[in-house]
Amino acid sequence: MNRPWGLLAEFDDSDRLIEAVRRTREAGYTEFEAHTPFPVEGLADALDFQENKIDPLHLAGGIVVGGAALLLQWWINVVDYPLNIGGRPLAAWPAFVLPTFEIATVGATVVGVAAMLYLNGLPGRKTHPLLKMERFHLASDSRFFLSIQASDPVYEPRRTRAFLEGLGPVALDEVPR
Amino acid sequence: MSRLLSSEETYETVTQQVTDITLHPPARRRWWMLMALSLLMLGIFFLSTGWLFIAGVGIWGLNVPVNWGLDIVNTVWWVGIGHAGTMISALLLVMGQQWRNSLNRFAEAMTLFAAICAALFPILHLGKPELFYWMFPYPNTMDLWPQFRSPLVWDVFSFTAYITVSFLFWYVGMIPDLATMRDKTTKPLARAIYGRLALGWRGTAQHWERWRQAYVAIALITFHLVVTVHSGVAMLFAGGPVPGWHTTIFPPFFVQGAVFSGVAVVILLAVVLRHAFHLGNLLTLKHLDILAKLLLATGLLTAYGYLADAFHAWYSGDIHEMQTLHDRLFGRYAWSAWGSLFLNIVLIQLLWFRRIRRSVPMLFVIALGAAVGMWLERYLLIVTGLYRDFLPSSWHGYETTIWEWGLFIGSIGLFAVLFLLFARFLPLVSMFELKEELAAERRMKGDEE
Repeated sequence: MNRPWGLLAEFDDSDRLIEAVRRTREAGYTEFEAHTPFPVEGLADALDFQENKIDPLHLAGGIVVGGAALLLQWWINVVDYPLNIGGRPLAAWPAFVLPTFEIATVGATVVGVAAMLYLNGLPGRKTHPLLKMERFHLASDSRFFLSIQASDPVYEPRRTRAFLEGLGPVALDEVPR
Repeated sequence: MSRLLSSEETYETVTQQVTDITLHPPARRRWWMLMALSLLMLGIFFLSTGWLFIAGVGIWGLNVPVNWGLDIVNTVWWVGIGHAGTMISALLLVMGQQWRNSLNRFAEAMTLFAAICAALFPILHLGKPELFYWMFPYPNTMDLWPQFRSPLVWDVFSFTAYITVSFLFWYVGMIPDLATMRDKTTKPLARAIYGRLALGWRGTAQHWERWRQAYVAIALITFHLVVTVHSGVAMLFAGGPVPGWHTTIFPPFFVQGAVFSGVAVVILLAVVLRHAFHLGNLLTLKHLDILAKLLLATGLLTAYGYLADAFHAWYSGDIHEMQTLHDRLFGRYAWSAWGSLFLNIVLIQLLWFRRIRRSVPMLFVIALGAAVGMWLERYLLIVTGLYRDFLPSSWHGYETTIWEWGLFIGSIGLFAVLFLLFARFLPLVSMFELKEELAAERRMKGDEE
């Protein structure tokens, strides 16, 4: 089957992209993406993208890894390798705080970064169809893109193209698979 | 807030200017000359380390009672420098300070490389540096575990955490810019390498939203490192019953000095990069002005630390504390006291004047003075705390040897090599954050009209 991957519209202004995204969503499309060279305020709202998984995962990573670190210190100092130093308590919680805190920081950071990459599907395909597009390199430079995938149920080659043209892009291209 | 960037800057010019530094490097000759010098210093590092591995720590001037010398001076100095990078990148991000956007990338690189240099010294002074991994809690056939009640073990975790987290923050913050590099380069090999590093970033709204959440969260999680890492280092001193060390002022005192010396090094790097890569439009005089104010403010905090430290010595009524204070100001190593007082307190008072804050050569000299002054302060705190201890019969001076200086110069070489490689191959300034700032400034301008 020689179906294309989708369509790619290019805009020269972030406000126009936000407007385009809003109208695309209202037109019933679901499999479309907006690409910008920097985080654009209001774009996530226009997409109605409200995901809040990363912060709780950071927290969970910190608690689990930090808790494990605390437990390990306690087990080492009290159970497996008790050292009597001037009769001081073996379970020295104040002394365990600093390593626990530092390791919890590492745990929270690593888990959060891993979650961010995983949810974003990164590292992604080495040759994503969009990355082969001639003008798409501007998406990390100065232009704003909207892509609609052919797999979208509402997608119909001619109608979708006409719809995108109506949004006032500076360029509109078909993305080969 | 007033504009930091000229209205002539556009998204395109920012991309062009920053990617050109890497893709069409200017000043290639000067870069190679600096690199040659740095590699020479790195050679000195390997020579000093190699001889240390063969002959042992006896090649250093350490002995009882001064058993911590330049090795610990250097580790405290280096790790302190890193703190300004963490502050600029994490703390100022959370506080929404736009001016950090021109500085954060190379300040984070500075943090990472300084922390690596700092971590080397405690390992090298172990006596058997090749066994440093014994300090980590791992199951082993000797049935040994680290002693978690010792601040010496805390350092292992502080440093490991600091390096890991600083690296991740730096790298995650660079992914979108690596994608820009991938898209801008025309060479297949460079495209492949930047492409791998950018992990297939396509800048979708979802990418950005999740990335933003993670980035801000890491900033929130890590900015305590500005305080905790150096406090941990200070505990190594404050925890021991040594006159001149055994005081509660040490953790905050160390942190103030750390940020102070770090800001000084950020200024030094900013001035050099600005000059070498013609970045005057992105790293403006306003940026330098703000950094100079920060240097003055943290310098004044450090001055307060000196006062509080001296006051506590007097207020304790302890004869040994008073003797150490006296030794510091008038003893054998008085040069380190007066040198640091002059460089860290007197000289920076010039920064009250706007004309001096905006004079690049003056600022460079004052910042260099602060970096040297803080090194002297670390020397003062460590050596004069030790050389005349409780028992007059064991009093003994400390003479540095050429191998200690070799290691110090070598660590500067290591830092310089890493930094030059970074400046040559990675995006030196955060492009997308500057574009975001431009977009915000445009919106503000639109609102005014």
